[in-house]
Amino acid sequence: MTHIHPVEPAGDVTATTSPAPVSAGEPPPPRRAGPTRLTARQRLSRWDVRLSPYLYISPFFILFLVVGLFPLGYTAYVSVHEWSLIGGKGEFVGLDNYRQVFEDRYFWRALRNTVSIFLLSSIPQVLIALVVAGLLDSQLRGRTLWRMSVLIPFVVAPAAVALIFGNLFGDRYGLVNAALDLVGIDAIAWHVNTLASHVAIATMVNWRWTGYNALILLAAMQAVPRDLYESAALDGAGRVRQFVSVTIPMIRPTMLFVVITSTIGGLQIFTEARLFDNVGLGGSDRQWQTVTLYLWELGWRLRNLGTASAVAWLLFLFIVVFALVNLVLIRRLGGGGKG
Amino acid sequence: MNRRPGFLVYGLLTAFVVGSALPLYWSLIVGSHESDVVTRRVPPLWPGGHFFDNAQRVFETVEFWKALANSLVVSTVCATSVVFFCTLAGYAFAKLRFRGSTALMVFVVATLAVPTQLGVIPLFIQMAKLGWTGHLWAIMVPTLVTAFGVFFMRQYLVDAIPDELIEAARVDGCSMIRIFWNVAVPAARPAAAILWLFTFMTVWTDFFWPMIALPATNPTVQIALQQLQSGYYVDYSLVLAAAVLSTIPLLVLFVLTGRQLVAGIMQGAVKG
Repeated sequence: MTHIHPVEPAGDVTATTSPAPVSAGEPPPPRRAGPTRLTARQRLSRWDVRLSPYLYISPFFILFLVVGLFPLGYTAYVSVHEWSLIGGKGEFVGLDNYRQVFEDRYFWRALRNTVSIFLLSSIPQVLIALVVAGLLDSQLRGRTLWRMSVLIPFVVAPAAVALIFGNLFGDRYGLVNAALDLVGIDAIAWHVNTLASHVAIATMVNWRWTGYNALILLAAMQAVPRDLYESAALDGAGRVRQFVSVTIPMIRPTMLFVVITSTIGGLQIFTEARLFDNVGLGGSDRQWQTVTLYLWELGWRLRNLGTASAVAWLLFLFIVVFALVNLVLIRRLGGGGKG
Repeated sequence: MNRRPGFLVYGLLTAFVVGSALPLYWSLIVGSHESDVVTRRVPPLWPGGHFFDNAQRVFETVEFWKALANSLVVSTVCATSVVFFCTLAGYAFAKLRFRGSTALMVFVVATLAVPTQLGVIPLFIQMAKLGWTGHLWAIMVPTLVTAFGVFFMRQYLVDAIPDELIEAARVDGCSMIRIFWNVAVPAARPAAAILWLFTFMTVWTDFFWPMIALPATNPTVQIALQQLQSGYYVDYSLVLAAAVLSTIPLLVLFVLTGRQLVAGIMQGAVKG
C-alpha cells in the first residue's frame, strides 16, 4: 500500500542528515580515561539507555492517570453518594442516584434527543463526505485550494457556529425561513418543534465536520491502487460503478474510523445544543436537550453532582455499546466486499 | 481517478464550498449592520459599515480583550507543551527499544477512544480543592500532553529517522537526551508544526470545560461569546460581530498554514 506523504518526508530525511555528525562540534570523548572511570561512565550510559524511554513517555501516562483515568473511576464513587456542588460529599446512597435518573423523564428525553441528533448528523455527514471526497479524488485544477476550501468551517468554533446557526434558524426572522418562504413553504418553528430543532443542531455539526471527514476519506481513496480502476474500466464499469464497487470497499477501514470517531463525538454534543437559544437548557420543554447538557443542568444548575455522575457513567456505557454496535454493523454490511 | 474532471465535478464542488462559506459570510453581514438588520424583509447582500461600531460594543459589553488574551495564552501554552511532551514520547515509542513498549503504545491508542469529557465532575472537584477553578491553570493542565499527539508523532517519526543515525550517534558517545535533541527534534519539525496547529485550534475552540472551570469574570473567547448571547434579548449584530472577531485569529492561522493543516489531516488518516 502506498503511503501518502504530503509533508514531503524526502526533504526531511536530507534535513536530518545534515546534523548527522552529532558530535562534530564537540570534542570526542576522552579515550585515555582510567579504566575505573570508564566503567562508571559505561554504567551511567547503560542506565541512560535503559531508563530514558520510560522517562520520555512518563509525562503522558502521569497526566492521563490524573486527569483521565482517575476522574473516570472517581465519577463512579461520586455517583453512589449524595454530593452537592456547594456542600460536597454527603451520605452513601448506593444506586439511588441511578434510580433517580432512570425515573426522570427528562433523562429519557435527553437520550432520545441525543440519538436523534446523532443519526441526523452522522449519516448525512458520512454520505456527503464520501461524495465530496470522490469529487476531490480527481485531477482537479488548483487541487490544494479546493482541499483548503472544504476545510473552512473547521476553523469556526462550535460556539460561534451555534450562534450563527441560531440566527439562521431563527423562528421569526431567520434566513432559512425566509428562503423557505420564497419557495412557498410555511415558516418552521425551529426553536419549538422537536424534530426541527434536531435538524437545526445536526446541521451545525454537519456543516463543521463534513469537509474534515471528506479529507480523511480522500486520503484513503488516494491510497487505492490505480490499476484497480483501470481493470474495472476495462470491464466496462462507469465512473459511478467504479466508485461503488472499487473505491468504497477499498476504503472501508477508514470509513469505520470516521464512523467511530463521529459516534464518540456525536453522542457528547453539548455546545451546539447549549447555545441554540439564549436560555441554554435545551428548550422550554427540553426538546433538544442532549445527555451532556442534561448532565450539566443536573450538576451545575441543580447542583447535584451525585446524579450528574450517574448520568456520566450511563453515557459512558452507552457510548461503548453504541461504538461496538457500529463496529458489528459495518462489518456485517461490508461483509460481501473485501472480506 | 485518471480522467480529467468535467463541469459537473467543478459545479458540485463549488456548491459545497459556497455552502461552507455562506454561514460565515452571513455572520459578517449581520455583524456589520445595525441591529435591525435581521428584521428586514429582504436581507442585504453585502457587508455594511457598522462592523467597528459593533466590535466596540462587544468590547464594552464583555471583557473581550481579556478573553482574547486568555485564549491566546491557554492555546499557546497547551500547543507548545503538547508538541514538546508528545515529540518526546512519540520518539521513544518510534525509535527506542524498551520492555513493554508495544503494550504501552496499545494503551495510548485505546485511551483515544475514552471520552474523557465524562470525567469532568471529579476533575472539577479536584480543581476546586486545589483552588484552581477560576485560574487558567485549570484549563491548561488537562491538555498539556495528549494521546492523539503521542500517536501522531510516533507515526511520523517511525519513518522520518533512520535507525542508523541513532546508532551512529550512540557509538559517538552521545547521551540519550542529546540524541533526542540533535537527531529527533530536527526530524520531527514538520509534524510538530502540524501538531502545534491542531492543538492550538482545539484548545481555542473548546467550550465545555472552560465553561465549567472558569468564572464569568475570567472568560476565554468562547465563554465571552456565550455571555454576549445569554441576555434576555439577543442582539444579533453584536453577537455575530463577536463571532466574527473570535474567528479572525483562526482564519489568519488557516490562511497562513491551511496547506499544512490539510496535509496533517490526510496524513493522520492514511497512517492511522
